[in-house]
Order: sequence, then structure tokens, then C-alpha cells
Amino acid sequence: MKLTPEHEEIRRTVIKFVENEINPYVEEWEEAEIFPAHELFRKLGNLGMLGITKPEAYGGLGLDYSYQAVMNEALGHAHCGGVPMAIGVQTDMATPSLARFGSDELRARFLAPTIAGEAVACIGVSETGAGSDVASIKTYAVKDGGDYIVNGGKMWITNGVQGDWICLLCNTAHDGKPHTNKSIICVPLMEDGKRFPGVTVERKLKKMGMRSSDTAELHFEDVRVPQSYRIGDEGAGFMYQMLQFQEERMYSALSATPGMLNAIQETIAYTGQREAFGQPILHNQVVHYRLAELLTEVECLRALTWKAVEMHVNGEDCTILASMAKLKSGRLAREVADSCLQYWGGMGFMEETHISRFFRDGRLGSIGGGADEVMLGIICKLMGTLPTRRKPA
Amino acid sequence: MKIAVLIKRVPDTASVFAINPDQKSVATDKLKFVMSPYDEHAVEEAIKLKEANGADVVVVSLGPDSAKEVMRTALAMGADEGLLVTGAGTDSLTSKGVAEALAAAVKSIGAELVFAGKQAVDDDASQVAERVAELLEMAHASVVTKFELNGGTAVVNREIEGGSYTLELPLPAVITIEKGINTPRYPTLPNIMKAKKKPIAEKSLADLGLSAEALAPGVVLESLSLPRQNRRNHIIDGDTPARVNELIRLLKEEEKAL
Ligand SMILES: Cc1cc2nc3c(=O)[nH]c(=O)nc-3n(C[C@H](O)[C@H](O)[C@H](O)COP(=O)(O)OP(=O)(O)OC[C@H]3O[C@@H](n4cnc5c(N)ncnc54)[C@H](O)[C@@H]3O)c2cc1C
Repeated sequence: MKLTPEHEEIRRTVIKFVENEINPYVEEWEEAEIFPAHELFRKLGNLGMLGITKPEAYGGLGLDYSYQAVMNEALGHAHCGGVPMAIGVQTDMATPSLARFGSDELRARFLAPTIAGEAVACIGVSETGAGSDVASIKTYAVKDGGDYIVNGGKMWITNGVQGDWICLLCNTAHDGKPHTNKSIICVPLMEDGKRFPGVTVERKLKKMGMRSSDTAELHFEDVRVPQSYRIGDEGAGFMYQMLQFQEERMYSALSATPGMLNAIQETIAYTGQREAFGQPILHNQVVHYRLAELLTEVECLRALTWKAVEMHVNGEDCTILASMAKLKSGRLAREVADSCLQYWGGMGFMEETHISRFFRDGRLGSIGGGADEVMLGIICKLMGTLPTRRKPA
Repeated sequence: MKIAVLIKRVPDTASVFAINPDQKSVATDKLKFVMSPYDEHAVEEAIKLKEANGADVVVVSLGPDSAKEVMRTALAMGADEGLLVTGAGTDSLTSKGVAEALAAAVKSIGAELVFAGKQAVDDDASQVAERVAELLEMAHASVVTKFELNGGTAVVNREIEGGSYTLELPLPAVITIEKGINTPRYPTLPNIMKAKKKPIAEKSLADLGLSAEALAPGVVLESLSLPRQNRRNHIIDGDTPARVNELIRLLKEEEKAL
């Protein structure tokens, strides 16, 4: 894909922002297991970084996805996965449906402050009992006058502890048709500095990686919101979410590559000066060949991902390529992290090295936003090789 | 009022440097390039002045086409237009020739105030802005940490060893900027997109009508070398006072570091 000088300027600006406003604080935020989302998002909002593809009427820039793709890649220069992931939730996971299908009123209420960085957004799909199998979620909303009353819970919600609103997938019909009984509703988590009535943060979850990002289990008990807070049509929620997943998946692949390249570069530097048996570790052919192999794989991933981006920009259906890119990036992040960490020896096992954090953070890639096996299922479906289940006789 | 800001695209000082086999040039293929950091402060100071008083800010650079990269950053920060001196002969100039070319460029746009970084972090020569002032017969202050405009007079603080002093300069003037003066803004994304429409004009050395004599090098580059990188691993024995004395002697006499 041909990038313009403006793309490159955006890349430079975002990398500079990451180097000055994120990286110096990563250790502190990882330790605290949370980062100051409101403070950081306000800075990003002021620079116009939270609404690149969003309509100008709500403070966005109205640009095509290639500009967002450049930003997502540049965010990968952070020395952790947690903060870029939280930003990705704000730009690519919680807001695409709202921007595309939300009413003007709803976009003014939720999208505009999210683009400005005044409000922190969450995406609520997964539940304790339903992750990969999105259709089987249990959270539901029933109509009461002009309102919905929401009951249920969401699990592993990024930004959940400090979020202001959640883009919530829930059942709005009870007819047992899992693909057409769902809607997406914007549910406030905070109101005037206080918890929105009926919303509880059950737990701030402790995690093996992505520690600077706060992850919560949320509970909804008789949460009353106007029906006008529903995005688009009733019953279209599952379909909207499947569309919204495309951006989420490209985000995952795009933001993962700089970390892989950095891991390879840092490993070259470390093994180049660390000696064993009278020579630098890097001089063993098994080591430099392996690093060459990994770099080759990363370049393949980048080519695949940008092809998906290009299709998406051209308005074509990129589902199969976005799913492949997500699958490949999850697997490759693990492979790069594991191979590189190995060559760091004991140092690689220490928390003080970037490689050990990359190893921990990168593990999420194959799980979150659709596990590898879910991606394979989508690819098989589009290849026409997924067997249909026989109906029980 | 027109303000010219002299900016230079330089290697990021965090890059790993290598010297070409000719020993007279730096290998550029693996370098990452940025706007010289002092120049960023100069651009910021010009934009602040524009915001306060209204002005037209023109960034001026000399170099290959890729120098436009840093000019675009400056335009996205808020400068209005760019002028790049480029083409045949520009790559072999020394500070003297560069200053002649930039002085001619500044003259062509009729700037009353010229800002520049106090030095470019690639060759650290601190020559160009001073020479431009001399060539254009403008007042000059260097290493400035505070700038104010009072009508036709610039009032500046200038860093000196262990303190600073205040100078008043009549305009037109050339001011070189030190780091502490301001915090350069990030270009906002909307401004990056708007900068697309801002013009960057190009001029060659011939367009500027410079003579061969003006462009002739004032100095001859003999060779470049990297600082010594292999470690000595010198372990000093003895009791503490003796070790300290020996360390000082080594640093003074052998390493010439003190
Ligand atoms: C740090 C973190 C942040 C997260 N943030 C969010 C968020 O903000 N919002 C949100 O909604 N969710 C979030 N999630 C949840 C995440 O999207 C889910 O964990 C993920 O979709 C997998 O669901 P699950 O955990 O229920 O796994 P399960 O569905 O229980 O699956 C477990 C494993 O079984 C295998 N498997 C599943 N289906 C198949 C199949 N058909 N064939 C073969 N194998 C299969 C896969 O290997 C899978 O990993 C987050 C998770 C984490 C860890």
C-alpha cells in the first residue's frame, strides 16, 4: 500500500508521543497494574489521535483506515502491550459500531467525548460463561417503557476499572435465535463522577501480562438506560459486533509487529556482546539463522496485514485476511518472544528486561479478541471446509 | 512580519554511526533522521510569536529532497510555508557555503527575524546562523533562553558560563535558540493533514545567484574517525587513596579526559 508523507508524519508524531509520554512511565504503570487513562487519553485526544477514522462532526478526522493503521503500528513502539491495547479499545474495538450505526444523538453523547479523550470506553462482549462462543452470552436487556433494563455481567473488560461507558453486547430478544436476538447498547459506567446505578466493578483482575492495563469483571443489576442508547437496529448486535471485530483484529496484528522487531533487534544487541565458549552468542549459526528466520516471518506478517488494511480501505470484505493476520500475529508473537528469550538465558527470565515482558504480554495475542482456533474456524468457513453439524435425529 | 526559521535534517544521535570507506563521509543508509532538536525549539518559538503577534513563518532548509520531511513536521507544528535550497552542489558545501546559500534564501523572502537552533547536532559547528547574520548585516544573539519582542526591538536572555545576561537587539536580527526556552509542541493530526496544502518552494544554488567563490569551502575535510570503542579494562590495585590518585593520573595523562 502506498503511504503518503502525511502517513509518515503521523507515524513520527505517534512514535515521539510514545517515547515521551508513555515509555518513561511504563515501569510505574506496570507496577501499579493500571495507568492514568483519563490523563493520557486527554493528551491523545488533544492531538487528534483518538478519532482518525471517525466522522468530523464528532471531532474525528474522517480519514480512511490506513491512517489508523499507521497509528496502530506506531503504538507498538511502547515498551509494554497494556497501554497500546487500552488505546486500541478506545479507537478500534469499542467505537467502530457506534460511529457507523449510532444515531446522531448517541454519537454526540458517547462518541464525541471518547474522541476528545474525556471519556474512557470499554468493549463488553466476553462473559464468564462465553468468550469464543459469542452467540451464547447471557447478559440481557428487557424493555420497560422507553428504557432497557440490563442484567448480567461481563468478564475481562479492558479499561473496566476506570471506564466511563461500555459498548455492551447483550440479548434483547429471547427467541433462541442467537445471531438475531442481540443488540449493542451504550451503557454508562460512571455518571457525574459516581458509579452509574446498578453497575459494579466486581474485581480488578490480576494478570500474567498486560499489567499496565486495568482489566475488570463487571456486574449489571437492573441498570436502566434509555432505548435510544441502542446502536442501530434491534437484533443487529451480533452482526455489528462481527463487523467491529475486523478493526480489532487488524489492530492486534498491526500493533504487534514493532514489538517483535524490537525483540529481535534487542536480542541481536544482547547476544552480540554476551560471550560464551569464547565467542559472542550471536556468532552461533543456530542463533543468527533463527533470528533471520523470525525477521522473515515478521515481514510476511506485515505484508499480509497491510493487504488486509488495503482491502478494508477499498471497501472490500477483508474478513479472511484480517482473521489470518490476527492468527499469524498471535502465533508469531509467541514464537518470537520464546525464541528470543531463550537466547537471553537467565537475563531473559528477569523482569527487568523488555523481552520478559514481551513474552508475558504477547501471550494474549492468541487468546484475546478471538482465539487462534476461532480465527481458524472463520478461515475454514470462508474456505468452505468447515463441516456443518448434523442436526440430531 | 516574516520570520524565517533555519532547520536541518540530521541523524538521530541515538543512531549507530559508521564511516564510509573513503573516511570522509558518514554512512547514511542505516541512520534514522530527525529535525535537529535545537531547531525544534526555534520553530516553536517562531510559532509562539506568530500566535501572539501574528506573523508569517517560513522554514528554510538546505539539503536533499528528504529534508522536506523535517520541513513538513515544522509546517504541521504551525509554520506557514517552506523554502528548500536543494540540487546540484548542495551536498558538498561546508558551513561557509551553506551560510551563503541560506543568507541568500532568507534575503529572497525578506525576513525581518531569523530563528535557528544554537547548533545542529550532526557536526556541532555552530557556524551557520552566525555567518548568516554577518552576511545579511543583521544583529545577532546566540544561545538564547528567553525571547521577547518590544516593537522593533528584541529582548533576549543569553546563556553564559554560570549565568545569563540580557541583550536588546534592533530588528532585523538572527537569534539562535537554546533548549530550555520552550517545549516544542507535537504536531496535531488535524494540523498534519492541513500541512499537506502548505507550499514548500525549491531553489537551486543557481537560482540564488551564488558565485563559485562564495560557495568555495573555507576548510578542507581531511578524514573522519569514530571515537575509540574498545575498553581497556584497567584494574587499579592498592589502598583507596593510592587508587584514587592513580585513577586521576590515568584520566589526566593517558585518557586525557580531565
Ligand atoms: C487481558 C485480557 C483483556 C481482555 N479484554 C476484553 C475486553 O475488553 N472485552 C471483551 O469482551 N473481552 C475481553 N477479553 C476476553 C477475550 O476476548 C476472551 O478471553 C477470548 O475471546 C477467549 O474467550 P474465553 O477466554 O472464554 O475462552 P474459551 O471460549 O473458554 O476458550 C478457551 C480455549 O479453547 C479453545 N477453543 C475455543 N473454541 C474452540 C473451537 N471452536 N475449536 C477449538 N478450540 C477452541 C481456544 O484455544 C481457546 O483459547 C480479554 C481477555 C484478556 C485475557
